[in-house]
Amino acid sequence: MSRIDLDLAHAYKANPREDADYALLPLKMSFADGGAYALLGPSGCGKTTLLNIVSGLVKPSQGTVQFDGADVTARTPQQRNIAQVFQFPVIYDTMTVAENLAFPLRNRGVPADRITKRVGQIAEMLELSGQLDMRAAGLAADAKQKISLGRGLVREDVSAVLFDEPLTVIDPHLKWQLRRKLKQIHHELKLTLIYVTHDQVEALTFAEQVVVMTRGRAVQVGSASELFDRPQHTFVGHFIGSPGMNFLPAATAAHPAPGATVLGVRPEYVTLAAPHAPGAVVATVTQAQDIGTYWLVTARIGADNEAGATAPLLRVRLGAQEAIPRVGETAWFAVVGAHTCWYRDDVLIAAEAAP
Amino acid sequence: MKPVNQKAWLLILPVILCVAFSAILPLMTVVNYSVQDIISPERRVFVGTEWFKSVMRDDDLQGALLRQMGFSLSVLLVEIPLGIALALSMPAKGWHASAVLVLVAISLLIPWNVVGTIWQIYGRADIGLFGATLAKLGIDYSYTGSARDAWLTVLLMDVWHWTPLVALLCYAGLRAIPDAYYQAASIDGASKFAVFRFIQLPKLRGVLMIAVLLRFMDSFMIYTEPFVLTGGGPGNATTFLSQYLTQKAVGQFDLGPAAAFSLIYFLIILLLCFVLYNWMQRVGTADNAGAGHG
Repeated sequence: MSRIDLDLAHAYKANPREDADYALLPLKMSFADGGAYALLGPSGCGKTTLLNIVSGLVKPSQGTVQFDGADVTARTPQQRNIAQVFQFPVIYDTMTVAENLAFPLRNRGVPADRITKRVGQIAEMLELSGQLDMRAAGLAADAKQKISLGRGLVREDVSAVLFDEPLTVIDPHLKWQLRRKLKQIHHELKLTLIYVTHDQVEALTFAEQVVVMTRGRAVQVGSASELFDRPQHTFVGHFIGSPGMNFLPAATAAHPAPGATVLGVRPEYVTLAAPHAPGAVVATVTQAQDIGTYWLVTARIGADNEAGATAPLLRVRLGAQEAIPRVGETAWFAVVGAHTCWYRDDVLIAAEAAP
Repeated sequence: MKPVNQKAWLLILPVILCVAFSAILPLMTVVNYSVQDIISPERRVFVGTEWFKSVMRDDDLQGALLRQMGFSLSVLLVEIPLGIALALSMPAKGWHASAVLVLVAISLLIPWNVVGTIWQIYGRADIGLFGATLAKLGIDYSYTGSARDAWLTVLLMDVWHWTPLVALLCYAGLRAIPDAYYQAASIDGASKFAVFRFIQLPKLRGVLMIAVLLRFMDSFMIYTEPFVLTGGGPGNATTFLSQYLTQKAVGQFDLGPAAAFSLIYFLIILLLCFVLYNWMQRVGTADNAGAGHG
């Protein structure tokens, strides 16, 4: 168990010149000892690269990785004492389930009786006890992935356990169960866990701190509520939430901020307003969907202009008890309020109440 | 129950015809010879199983069969481990990978009789690099004089010619192993040997099976190289089954016994391949069934 500090950049190409050449742009980040972290971002954003750099499978082309203040950049995964679980199950075909689980311990020369005890515990935790003597090769994909998870968790003294989208091949109902199990393990063992995923629900429910990444950049590190209420970057606002944050050119919102300022407001915080109320815009409803407990209304602010630019769309979540405007009607929506954020060049400049 | 559709027979008719003309009919002519004594093109006598009986009792043939078994076994014992080792040491990517692949494949492109000729010259004590070097070192080596040397030279020749095939097959098998396995092994702290034993070898099972079968069948039919190099001698040290067969059929024109022998030869190969295939299928999956599914 240790604190992990990163100060690095990585490019798979030999001589990176521009930002696009980097898999990971220069970043500084710390993972506290015993914390549960998630790396969240779309495919190709560099989250797996970051994970592999922490484990030592990939060496960063610039910078250092430190465990508890000691530089481990040149060390192998084994020397770093890292456990990692991969996206697709990796099992040793010729071994039984028990031998698979014991493999990381056996390679480190742990005494046989301790191996047996520990394998028993892990198997019980992952509900594999009944299959211990079976050949791992004959099992279904989710059982194989449970073995992979088990091999990641079987060592108690690891610096950190890293998960690279480990639940991709698992059935949805089992996913919930395993994620709860991982949280429980985190509580019991106080291991540092880093969990890579592109699923925001998975990230937000699993982790205490979520690192949101896009295009090789870590744009925000924060708790679920920080990411939701105060996205530091328009990408975070867009990526977190379902649907994502509305972004409107500030001029249409009649806000005094000068320049190319963009207003961001979550669909959850937009409300119906009286005509010409301050901080409200008028829009034509183009779609109204009943999502069960609420309505999702999409409205167009103004009309497409002659230059071909499309008029901005506004997505609004309205409670079922409110007067839902019909498609084709115009309505006024309050977009400036306590939860409105202001952005310039995609970066948060202010989060404030209505002017 | 599904209705039985007899039209399917029509669809496989072309295959049946092809196989009939390419394999079954020629084989049947051999069967035809094997039960007759052909005295002249006009005179032939039906002799039943007589040729089979005499061939089975033939000491020379039993000697050739034993020699053949020993040779094929040696070929497998040398070429399979050597091929695996070669594949493991070949670079995985970059321009050297392509360069090494081409280099390794060169011997596979050389025709059998040329291989025989190359080694015939290479092994000569007066002008051959190999033979002359051995002579300089004071080692008494002669593939025409010593039965042991002749046998070893044929083996060496086969190893030189065909180990690259095993290596290329294994190389392809190794490249098909996803990176995640090596990464997981690295995380699990596996040694190089453990990676070989628990990842690479099990994943190579399929290609190794093909390599073993190919090398077994091929070496069991070896003809051209010893024919060019030693002509089967000295004595009959390198007279393998097909040499012996050719001597009978072409040299002495004993068509009947040669045909009977061909059929026996064919059945031996078929039987051994069947046994080998089943054994290799079982290796690595047998305890799978044994370890209680349920």
